[in-house]
Amino acid sequence: MLHGPVIVLTAFAYLGLLFAIAYYADKRADAGRSIIASPYVYSLSLAVYATAWTFYGSVGRAASDGVGFLPIYIGPTLMIALWWLVMRKILRISRQNRITSLADFIASRYGKSAVIGGLVTVIAVIGILPYISLQLKAISSSYSILVQYPEVVMPDQPGALTVGGDTAFWVALILAAFTILFGTRHLDAAEHHQGMVAAIAFESLVKLLAFLAVGVFVTFGLYNGFGDLFGRAAAEPRLAAMMTPIEGVAGSYASWVWLTILSMMAIMFLPRQFQVTVIENLEEKHLNKAIWLFPLYMLAINIFVLPIAFGGLLHFPDGRVDADTFVLTLPMAEKQELLALLVFIGGLSAATGMVIVETIALSTMVCNDLLMPVLLRMKRLRLNQRPDLTGLLLGIRRGAIVLILLLGYLYFKLAGEAYALVSIGLISFAAVAQFAPVVLGGIFWKGGTRNGALCGLIAGSLVWLYTLLLPAIARSGWLPLGLLEQGPFGIELLKPLALFGLAGLDQITHAMIWSMIANIGAYVAVSLSASPSAEEHRQASLFVDVFQRGGETGGARFWRGTASVPELYNLLARFQGAEAADEALREYAAARRLRWPLERADAELVHHVEVQLAGAIGAASARVMVASVVKEDALSIDEVREILDEASQVVAYSHRLEQKSRELEAATAELRAANERLKELDRMKDDFVSTVTHELRTPLTSIRAFSEILRQDPNVELPQRKRFLDIITKETERLTRLINQVLDLSKIESGRAEWHESQIDMKEVIADSVAGMGQVFEEREIQVETRLPEWAPRVPGDVDRIIQVILNLLSNAVKFCEPGRGRIEIALAQRDGCLRVDVRDNGPGVSAEEQAVIFDKFRQAGDTLTEKPQGTGLGLPISRHIVEHHGGKLWVESGAGGGACFSFTLPLARVAAAA
Amino acid sequence: MGEIEGRGQRMIALCMLGLVLFNFPILALFNVPGEIFGVPVLYAYIFAAWAALIALMAVVAER
Repeated sequence: MLHGPVIVLTAFAYLGLLFAIAYYADKRADAGRSIIASPYVYSLSLAVYATAWTFYGSVGRAASDGVGFLPIYIGPTLMIALWWLVMRKILRISRQNRITSLADFIASRYGKSAVIGGLVTVIAVIGILPYISLQLKAISSSYSILVQYPEVVMPDQPGALTVGGDTAFWVALILAAFTILFGTRHLDAAEHHQGMVAAIAFESLVKLLAFLAVGVFVTFGLYNGFGDLFGRAAAEPRLAAMMTPIEGVAGSYASWVWLTILSMMAIMFLPRQFQVTVIENLEEKHLNKAIWLFPLYMLAINIFVLPIAFGGLLHFPDGRVDADTFVLTLPMAEKQELLALLVFIGGLSAATGMVIVETIALSTMVCNDLLMPVLLRMKRLRLNQRPDLTGLLLGIRRGAIVLILLLGYLYFKLAGEAYALVSIGLISFAAVAQFAPVVLGGIFWKGGTRNGALCGLIAGSLVWLYTLLLPAIARSGWLPLGLLEQGPFGIELLKPLALFGLAGLDQITHAMIWSMIANIGAYVAVSLSASPSAEEHRQASLFVDVFQRGGETGGARFWRGTASVPELYNLLARFQGAEAADEALREYAAARRLRWPLERADAELVHHVEVQLAGAIGAASARVMVASVVKEDALSIDEVREILDEASQVVAYSHRLEQKSRELEAATAELRAANERLKELDRMKDDFVSTVTHELRTPLTSIRAFSEILRQDPNVELPQRKRFLDIITKETERLTRLINQVLDLSKIESGRAEWHESQIDMKEVIADSVAGMGQVFEEREIQVETRLPEWAPRVPGDVDRIIQVILNLLSNAVKFCEPGRGRIEIALAQRDGCLRVDVRDNGPGVSAEEQAVIFDKFRQAGDTLTEKPQGTGLGLPISRHIVEHHGGKLWVESGAGGGACFSFTLPLARVAAAA
Repeated sequence: MGEIEGRGQRMIALCMLGLVLFNFPILALFNVPGEIFGVPVLYAYIFAAWAALIALMAVVAER
C-alpha cells in the first residue's frame, strides 16, 4: 500500500543506505584500501550525467518529438572520443596544480586571477540553478503523483491533493542536510570525496535498473515486444508522423546539431561532471575504460525511452497525463505498486545524485573562488592572524550548499512550473557551454589572456541571460510578456527570442548561435589585442605544455624571492590544520632527501606550499596567501619569456647532451676493447721475447759447456772430442734454424715477408718434398705412402713457402713416429673449390688440450720439461701463417693414441689475399 | 609517445565519423517511413550506429 508515510520512509531508508555506503567507502579510503579505485566505479560515477531530467524528461521529450532527446546523449559520446586528447590533458594539469573546481581551473589558467574565478562561479551558480530546481521539481512531483496511487492525477490539475505545494521546499532542505553530510564532513586537501563517489556510483546502478525495469515492463509486459508496440503506434494516425520525426526543414537538423554541440560542452563543463571526471579521478588510466563504458551506459538507459513514450501515448490518449511522468504513471495505471515504488527510488537516485555532486562542486567554487579571495583581502577581518581557518572553510561550504538549494527552490517557485523538464535543463547546458572557449582555448592556445577570457565569459553569459533566462522568467509571469513579443521598448531587433531579426530557429539554437559568437569573438579579439602579463604567460605555458614539462616543480622556476619556513608552515596549518601541514612538509622533505626540520625556504618549497594551499582554497586565494608571507621579487614579462625560452633551450640542450654522451659511451667501449687487445698483444710480445731468449739459451748453454770442456782439458780422447764437436755443430745448426725461423715468423707476422706468386702444381710439390725427405725416412725406417689424384688443378701461391709447410708437416710426422714401425700417409684431394693436403702419421696422436695450443709459438706436443724438445716450436705457427696467407686453413684431427692427421687447404682462386 | 598519438588520432577519426553519422544528410537518408524488425528505420539506425561507434571506441581505447 503506497501511503505517504510508506513512500517517505522508503525514501529515507534509501538515503540512509546511500549514506552507509558513503561512510564505508570513506572508512576504507582512510585505511588506504579504496573501494572506488576502479575504472568501473569511475565510469558509473560519470553517469551522474543522467539526472531526473534523463529519468523522467527524456520520455517527455520523446513523446513530443521522437528522437529529439538523443543528441543529449550522442553529443557526449562524440565528445568522449576526444577525451583521449582533451581530458587526459585536463587531468594532468589538474593533478599538477591541485585544481579544486572548474572555476579554479579557469582562474589558474588565466594568471590565477581571482576575478575570473569569481565570475565563473557566478555564471555557474546562476546557470545551474534551473537545473537544480528541475531535480526538486522532479522529486516533489513524482512524490505527489505516487502518493495518490492508485489514481493517476497530475499535481497541477484540479482534484489533486495539495501536498505538492511545498514538498519541494522540504526536499531542498533534506537534500541540503544530506549533501553537507556527504561532502563537507571534513576538509580534504585533495578534494577527494570517495564516499560520495561510491554512493553516486551505486545510485547510477539503481536508476539504470529502475529505468530498464519499467522499459521491460512496458515493452514486454504491456505489449509483445518492440515490433508490436511500434506497430500499434504506427497504426494510430496521430502517432504515425513520429516514425519519421525529423521534419525535412533546415531548422530541425540545425537544432539537432546544436543540441549535439551543446551536450558535447555540457559533458565537460557541467560543474558536477568536472567534479567526478577530473577532481574525483584517482588514476588517469581509469579513463581508458570510461571512454566506452560511460557511452554504453547512456545507450542502455536510452533504449526504452521511445517504447515507454509510445506506450504512454497509447495508454493515455486524452493528453491528460503529462508525458514527463509516463515512467511513473504507466506502472501506476497497471497497478504495479512495487514497480512504481522502484521507479520513484530510481528517480530519487537520479535527482539526489545530481544535486549532491552539483552542490558540492558549486559550494567549493563559491568558497574557494568567490568568498575566500574577498574575505582574505578584507583587512578588517584579520583572517591573516587566525590560527586555524579550516572551520571557517567548512562553514562557508555548508552555508553555500544550503543557499544554493534554497535558490534552486526559489527558481522552481518562480519559473519552474512554466517549462517542461528538458527545456529547463537545456538552459543550464547553454550556461555552462560558455566555459568551453576559455577552457579549450586555454589548454591548447597560449595566446588566450585574462582580459580575453573575462570579456568572452561576460559577453557570452550576458547573451545567455538575455536570450534564455530572461524569456524563462517572463513566461513565468514575473516580467511583461510584451518584452518577448515586441522587444524591449518596442525595439523589434532586440527581441530576446529573435535577436537582430534571427527568427525561425528554436530558442536554444538561437541562444547558442548568438552567445557563442559573442563569447568566442570577445575572447579571441581581446586576447589578441594586448600582450599577456608575466603571470598569465607563465600559467599559459604550464597549461598548454603540460605534457612537455616535467612534474610539479615546473612552476618553481618562475619564483624569486625570500621566505621563511615557519611562516610557510603556519600558513599551511591555518588552512589545512597543523597535522596535515606537518605531514605535507615532511613528505616534501622526504621526497627530496632534505634534512628535517627544513632550514631553507627555497623557490621549490614556496611553490609546493602554494600548490598544497591551492588544494584547499583554490589557486587564486593561495596566490594571495603565499604572497602575504613571502617577500617576492616580481618577474617582468621579459624575464618569464627568458625562463621559458631558457627552459626550451635547456630541453633541446639536454637532448643533444644525451646523444653526445651515448656516442661517447660507444666510443669508450670501442677504446676499451682496443686497449684490451693492445695489452694482450703486449703481453704476447713479452712472452715471445722471454720464450725466444729461453729457447736460444738452451743450445748456447750446451755449446758453451762442450767448448769449455774441450778448451780446459786438452787430454780428451779423440772419439770423445769428435762427439763433443758433433754436438756443438748440431746445437749451432739448431740455433741458426731457430734464429732463421724467428726472423721468418716476425717477417710474416709483420707483413714484411716477400711472396713470390706463381701457379703451383701441388702433385709436383708433394712428390718433390717427399723425395727431399727420402734420406730421413730411410734412416728411421718409416714407410711413406703418397696418394695423389690423376690430375689436380694448379693453385696460385708461393711455391717455396708451400714446400716449407709440407716439409714442416712431414718432419713433424717423422718426429713423432716410432722408428721402424712408423708409417706416414700423404694425400691430395680436390674439394669445395680447394685443394686439400692431408699428412697422416701413426704416432701417439695429439690430445684435445694439445690441439688447442700446438699452433701457438714455442708450444710443442709432449712434455717439454721432461723430454728434450725435438723442434723449435715455431714450425706450426709459421705454417699456419703461410696457409692463411694463401687464404686456406691448417688444422689437426686426432684421437689420442690413434695417430694425427694435419690437413691444410689452398683455395683454387684467391678470394681475398691476406697480408 | 607514438602509440599515444596514434590512439589520439584514431579517436579524432571516430569523433568525426560520429559527427557524419549523426548529422544531415546521412540522418535524412534514414528519416523515411518503414521499419526494420518492427522498429522504425530512423530509430533502428541511430541505435545501431551508436552501438557500433561505442564498440569502435572500446577497441581503440582498450588496445
